[in-house]
Parts: sequence; C-alpha cells; structure tokens
Amino acid sequence: MANDFVRHMQQPGSGLYGSGRRWQRVHLDLVLLLMLLAFMGAALFVIYSASGQSHYYLQRQITWYGIGLFFMLVAAQIPPRLLERWAILPYLGGIGLLIAVIFFGTGAKGAQRWLDIGGFRFQPSEIMKIAVPLMVASYLGRRMLPPSFRYVMASSVLIFLPPALVVVQPDLGTAILVGASGFFVLFLAGLPKRYLVTIAALAAMAVPVFWYFLLHDYQKRRIITLFNPEEDKLGAGWNIIQSTTAIGSGGWGGKGWMQGTQSQLDFLPESHTDFIVAVLAEDFGFVGIMLLLACYLMIIGRCMIISLRAQSMFGRLLAGSLTLTFFVYVFVNMGMVSGILPVVGVPLPLVSYGGTSIVTLMMGFGMLMAIATERKRER
Amino acid sequence: MKDHLTIKDPQFEYRLFFGRLLFVTVIILLMTGVLIWRYGHLQIERYEDFATRADSNRVLARPVPPERGLIFDRNGILLADNRPSVNLSIVKERAENLDELLSELQQLVEISEYDLERFQRNLRNRARPYQAVPLRFNLSEQEQGVLAVNEYRLPGVQITAELLRYYPMGSYLAHVIGYVGSINDREIKRLDPVRYSGTHVVGKTGLEKFYEDQLLGEVGYEKVEVNARGRVMRKLERTPPKPGQDLHLYLDYRLQQTAMDALADQRGAVVAMDTATGGILAMASNPGFDPNLFVTGISHSNYRALLQDWKRPLFDRALLGQYPPGSTVKPIYALAALESGTISKGYKIYDPGFYQLKNDERKYRDWKKGGHGSNIYLRDAIIQSCDTVYYDIGFRMGIDVLSAYGSAFGLGAKTGIDMPSERAGIMPSREWKRGARGLAWYPGDTVNTSIGQGFTLTTPMQLAVATTRLATRGKIFKPRLAMRVGANDLTEISGQEKRIPIADGNWDYVIDAMKDVVHGPRGTAKIIAPGLSYEIAGKTGTAQVIGIKQDEEYDAEKVALLNRDHALFIAFAPVQAPKIAVAVLVENGEHGSSTAAPIARTVIDQYMENLSADSNAPAEEGRVNRGE
Repeated sequence: MANDFVRHMQQPGSGLYGSGRRWQRVHLDLVLLLMLLAFMGAALFVIYSASGQSHYYLQRQITWYGIGLFFMLVAAQIPPRLLERWAILPYLGGIGLLIAVIFFGTGAKGAQRWLDIGGFRFQPSEIMKIAVPLMVASYLGRRMLPPSFRYVMASSVLIFLPPALVVVQPDLGTAILVGASGFFVLFLAGLPKRYLVTIAALAAMAVPVFWYFLLHDYQKRRIITLFNPEEDKLGAGWNIIQSTTAIGSGGWGGKGWMQGTQSQLDFLPESHTDFIVAVLAEDFGFVGIMLLLACYLMIIGRCMIISLRAQSMFGRLLAGSLTLTFFVYVFVNMGMVSGILPVVGVPLPLVSYGGTSIVTLMMGFGMLMAIATERKRER
Repeated sequence: MKDHLTIKDPQFEYRLFFGRLLFVTVIILLMTGVLIWRYGHLQIERYEDFATRADSNRVLARPVPPERGLIFDRNGILLADNRPSVNLSIVKERAENLDELLSELQQLVEISEYDLERFQRNLRNRARPYQAVPLRFNLSEQEQGVLAVNEYRLPGVQITAELLRYYPMGSYLAHVIGYVGSINDREIKRLDPVRYSGTHVVGKTGLEKFYEDQLLGEVGYEKVEVNARGRVMRKLERTPPKPGQDLHLYLDYRLQQTAMDALADQRGAVVAMDTATGGILAMASNPGFDPNLFVTGISHSNYRALLQDWKRPLFDRALLGQYPPGSTVKPIYALAALESGTISKGYKIYDPGFYQLKNDERKYRDWKKGGHGSNIYLRDAIIQSCDTVYYDIGFRMGIDVLSAYGSAFGLGAKTGIDMPSERAGIMPSREWKRGARGLAWYPGDTVNTSIGQGFTLTTPMQLAVATTRLATRGKIFKPRLAMRVGANDLTEISGQEKRIPIADGNWDYVIDAMKDVVHGPRGTAKIIAPGLSYEIAGKTGTAQVIGIKQDEEYDAEKVALLNRDHALFIAFAPVQAPKIAVAVLVENGEHGSSTAAPIARTVIDQYMENLSADSNAPAEEGRVNRGE
C-alpha cells in the first residue's frame, strides 16, 4: 500500500487526460475545483445579504471556505486504496464517539448532539455522513455484485447501527441522512429489486410506529405545521409562513440584491443558516433559483462522471453515494424551506453559514478528487 | 475470499453500476423537477399572494389618533387639555418569562388588577409577534426613573409617550366636563371600530360624553415599514388625523370657582344662568372629585373611596339631585294666583300661624309660630315667606292651576340642557298622582304643593331655569353649556322667542316683592343686602327632609345632621335689567336665608365684577389658549 503511494508520486503526468497532468499530480480535479470555487464566490453574495450586510459573517464564512478547501486538499491526497483498506477505522471511531455523546454529550433543547473535547465542540454524527458510505463501499467493493442476501444483511447492519445511535440523541433528520448515505451505496451496488420493494413496505409500516413511539412532540409539531402552518402562525408555523412568503414575493426576477424585505427586516428566521435559500429566492427570484439548481446539477454531473471513471468498484460506490447524499441535502433543504418537507436542521450545501457542514462536504469532495485522480490499478 | 475473486466480473459490475447511476440520474432530475415546480408555484403562480403578504408583513398601516378637541370657558381659559403621557408597554417575545416580568414590574411600579386584565386582553388580540402591549399609563417621573434604572434587566419593557386627557381644573369642574375613560366591553360594541381605531378612550360623563362626536375628531393613518420585531424602520406615507372640534362654553370659570369655593365644605349645588341667552355661567356640585383619576382607569381603592364617601362626591347634585323646592316656588304661584284671577292685588288675610281646610281638623302650620299677624298681602307673603297665605290661595286656585304654572316655569320636566343625563323632578298633578301612586288627588295635597312641599321635587338646574324665566318676564330658554363647537355657533338654538303669557302688572308686582325679599326691612334675605351696589331679587326656601332613620350606616350625630332641612335660594340681578339668575341649594343647610342666600350674593357679586372687568378689557373670547 505504501509502495503504491510512492509510485504515484514518482510518476507525474501519467493521468487519464493530459491537460490535467499538473493537477493530477496534486490529486485535484480542475473542473470540479473551479465549479466549487465559483459557487462559493457566488454564495458569499447571498451570505452578505442574508446576514444583513454583516462583514463579520462574511469573514467567518470565507474562513470556513478556506478551512474546507484545506480539508478537501488533504482528503484528496489519500489514495482510495488506503481509504478502502482502512475504512473500518473512521467507522468504528465514529461509533465510539456516538456512544460517548450519549453519555457525555452536551446540547440544547433536550437533545444531546455535541461532544466537547478540549473546548472544541463538534457533532460526531457529522463524521458518520462520510464514514458510513466509506465503510459500506469498502465492504461491498470487494464482494461479487449484485450482493447476495448475506452481504445485504451484513451491509444493513453497518448502515443502521450509526443512525440508531443518532436517533436517540435525538436527531431524526441526521439519522435519516446518515442511513441514506449508506443505503445509496447498497443501491448503487445493485441491490436487487425485491429488497427495494420489501424496504418500501417496511417503511410504510414503520410510519405509525414512528409517529406514536419514536417521534418527540416537537418533531410531530413540525410535521403538523407542514400541512397547516396557519394553525400556529406566531409559533411553529412562523418560520414556514415567512419563508414561503419570502420565496413567493421574489417573483420572476427577485427584489434585487439586499432588497428582500422579508430577510432585511428580519421576518425570515435563520436567514443566513438553514433558510438562506429563501433569501436567494427573494433577492434573485425564480431566475436565481434556476441558476442555483443549475449549479448544483453541474457539480453533481461532474461528480457522476468521476464516479463512472473511477478505477475501482469501491471508488465508484463511494463517489456515487457522496454525490447522491449531496443532492439529498439540496433537496431536503430546498424542500423544507419551500414548505414541502418538514423543517429539519439541514443546511443548504456550501451556501448556508456554518463550519461543520462545509468541512464535511469539502472532505467528501476531496475524496471524490482522490478517486478522480487515481491511476489505473494494476491487477 | 478466493472464490469471490475468481468469479468477480468487472464488466458486468460496471454495467450494473452504470445502470443504477442512470436510474439515479433520472430520479435526481425528477426531484429537481419537483423543486422547480414548487418554487415556480410559489414565485410565479402565487406571486401576487405572497407579494401582498410580504407587504402586509412589512407595511403597517397604523392609525394615528386625532387630538381630542379642547374645552374652553367663555374667556378662553382651558378646561380640558391633552397632555403627553409616558406609558409602560411590554413586547412579549422579548421577555424571557412574562409572568416573572409582570411580578417584577409590580415590585417597581403600581400595577392594578385592572391594568393586568386590560393587558392580558390586548395581548390575546394582537396581530403580530413583537407588538408592544400597554400595561401602565401615566408613569410618574419617579416610576420612569425606577424603570430607567432597571431597564437593563427587564427585557421586553418599552416606554412610550402618547397624548392623554388632562383636566387642569380638577374637581372644580368634574361634574360639568365629566371625563374620558378606557373603552369598555359594552362601549366597544356600539362604537364605530374605524373611528376609534387609534383611540382607546371615550367620553364617559358630562360634556365629554355629550359632545363625544364633535370632540373625537377623525382618525388618521400612517404607513410605516416595520421589521419583524415591530420596530419602525421608516415612514412610507401619512394621512394626518383631523383633530376634534374645540368646545367653547358659556361657563365663566372664575364664577365656577367662586361658586365651588362659596359652597366650601357644604354639600350643595349652585347653578348660574346668563339671562340673555340661557347659557350656563356656573354649574357647581360640591363636593367634586378629581376627574383625572378616571382617564386611564381609576384604581379600585380610589373608586371605592369615592363610592363610599357619605358626601357622595360622584353625585351631580345640580342635574341629578331632586329636592323639594320649598318656598322658592312662591313667586311662581303668586303669578299664578294673580294671572288666573283667583285673587286680586288687594287680597289680604290675617295669619294666625296655621291654616285649616273646611271640615278638617288638621292644622297646616306656618313656619313662624304665632303667624305673621294681620293685613298680610300677597307681596308680604313673598317677602316674609308666609305659608298661610299660600295655603289659602293654593287651595283656592286648585292643583290644576298650580301645576300648569309650575310646568310653564319648567318645574318637573327635564330642562334639555346639553348634558348626557338629568332628572325630571316632579310637578305634581292629578294625572301624575293617579299614574305614579294610583291615588286620587286630595285638597290637602294642594295645600302642601302650594309651598313647594309634598310631592314636588326639582333639580337645582330647574330652579335656575325657573329663575331665569322670572328674571326675563317669561322668556323661555333652554339652558346650554356649549356656546360654540369648533366653528359652529350654537347660540341660535337657545335663543327661542317664546314667552309665558303673564300681564306686565303682575310681573311688576311679583318682581318688586322679590326685590324686597333682599332689600325690604322685613325680607327673609335682608342679611345679604348690606353693601350691595346693585339690586337683587330673590326668594328663600327651606325644604323639609323626609326622615332618615338611624342605622349602621349613619351614627346619631350624622342622622341629626342629615335630618336638617335643605336650604334654598333663588335670585336674579340687577332687578331692572337682569343679567344673571342663580339657584343655590345647600343640603341640610337649614335656613335658605342664612346659608344659601350669602352664597348667591357671593356668586352674583363676582359676576358683576367680572362683567365690569371684561367690559374694560378687550374681549378675549376665542383666544386659543392651549395648555402651557
């Protein structure tokens, strides 16, 4: 393994496409990198408007982007084969931390989500968003596909253990996203259709169980609010009424940068974090939303090309799963802000203010770049 | 491990992955389609809805309350003012714990149960979060200071200013001006919600109630841009409110003050009318109270104290107090006797001190034991207030004539003054007794009626009206408090040229007798004559109080006091060219001559002084004298 790594470094410019030789040497995918940089640059304008022209938030966000790019750069240097072999480590480490959260975690509003280590607070559940697909891809990459019953069952255990630990925090939204990221690997690995049908049936049956036994009151309220926000318009419904109002009043072309009254006059809550897409919709209108979606689709498209070109099944599965998870974040966030999904704490990828999400996502892109720049494996 | 590697088919697996990725791509595109549909639905289809909603979020059309019309006396002295008040409001969302905040505030400033009730009601009805709800009005400077010092630890507390009614003359005019107070549940149903959208007070009593419509003004609107916390970011447009119309009264505040001061600590009423117009120059009811207490809602302890005070300060004696007029009706019945031809001016009797009806044992006694002696003419009966004469002429006229003349002078009927409530009193008649008591009229009733006793009840206002009719030789005026409302002159309304048809000779005879009540050597009110620079015509009266029994409410001393007769005096001056007519009532004052007459003289003296002072100075009427 170590030899592989050395060999990579010794043979510069022998990539798949010649123009990217220099970039290949530093394991960066130029196309994806330019897309991300352009996207971040544009997002800063939205942050500036959403935070009420706050230079503080602007500087902090730029700092987070910098940190994210650094993590991406580091992650890109890790050879996929190394990742494949040692995927178990972040997985087990993450599980350990999740258990630690249950006993030593800190948090607010009755949920323990944070771990405090030497004054540095972080959410172990965030690690699992990468660790789970990594583990499952590593497990299934070596198996014959489509996976047989045995492997499906074993993968299912790997997939469901972390979400089960997250759900008790309680953080249902993250638990579902973590579980989904693992499931995507299984799906891309060719999970037979009969399992899909079974899963769908089980999920349908689980809904009442969730409702009556697992959901907390505040979670139920969010779902009720989704269907009838007017019922509690000064309380739980306030967010969603104000965000749909912000979006709708943007119209075709928007009210103009920093001209959105809903956000500038503070009617829109969480305007620079989870609800930032409403600011964009209000300032730049439907055109702005279409541009945003186009950017996301371009990034996703590039990531899919990377996953198709990957040198190993592990690479394909990991890249595909990270890509899908990225899209799910986009969908869940934009869906909840526009009132078609319940409000869960999912930020808009790469746009919402906040470090944890940016760093995790950028690490994911780093891995994608590592996969993209992996040289042909010798058999 | 080995078997896997042998049968693993990379080509097949790549195709499988490719197929799955293709499927996923389709799903992603479909889900993106859902997002596009949703955002398109919100931003294009429902754009109008949401644009409106965003504007109604942001643009607050708030009513701007009009400034309530001011009230001035005839010389432009300000009687009802609007003063800025500092209020304490609460923004619930900013308070960490509302209940704790309220109890904390209760430690700092006085907050009544009523304040809390009103606060909770307004809190439930507010339209948006972060809307401030008033808790206390009229913070004293000390309370403002306490709040300013503690503000940092009281999140959610807001101090704002608005205009509140203020009555600079306080208790001197409490019954005349009345007061405004917070709109209550009953009033809110009948008041126009648009006109009152910016106002939370309404006239409750007195002129404030009667002229509510004119005083209120028209509400204005102001469109402001607010943020989510209700803070005004900028003003967008403004429709200014139209201030209410000012009210200019006939009332002369100097006279009002004189009347109230003359009553001093006695319970009673003084009504003074301008004989030329029927305008009320003074209308005093003593004791008064501080109407300012009611403006923002009186505290329970203050209200209970006013209600339980045995002197009944809230009771407007001038309009609502009904008293037997006693001998003050004698000039009217003298006119009745002469005009009806019952007797002539040569009529005279011997007064043994009592009167008896034929076939009746009962003796109707004169107030003077032993009587007034022989050769008592009708004028002597007025000057000395001889009852026996009146028993006789009253009986001879009969109740129908008495009743007709009493009514012509306004007794037993509402005067129609521009005030929200007054009592009618009773001018007894056969019909009245049958209707009210279900009994026939007896001759003895007539005898009692002839000296203003028995069933007869009048308000001090009615006596003032009757006195004005005597002074003007029968001119009929409606008493008015307001001379002008805004630019509207109301004088024409009161200047009705109607007269009670009575022969001049009879007027001369009775008015001359009334002059001698004060100026004659045997006049019952001669005590007030010394030093007069003009002539007063008057008539004393003493009204018997129908027995009050001792009970837990009143001790013996107080019962003795409350059983004393009421003292009355009516007067007008100068006799030859009357300018003012006055009626005075002092509850339990015993003698009209010694208690009520001097008050009337003080008031008339003051008015004469005012007249000469005003005629020397340029007219100040109409000068706008908004509070300093």
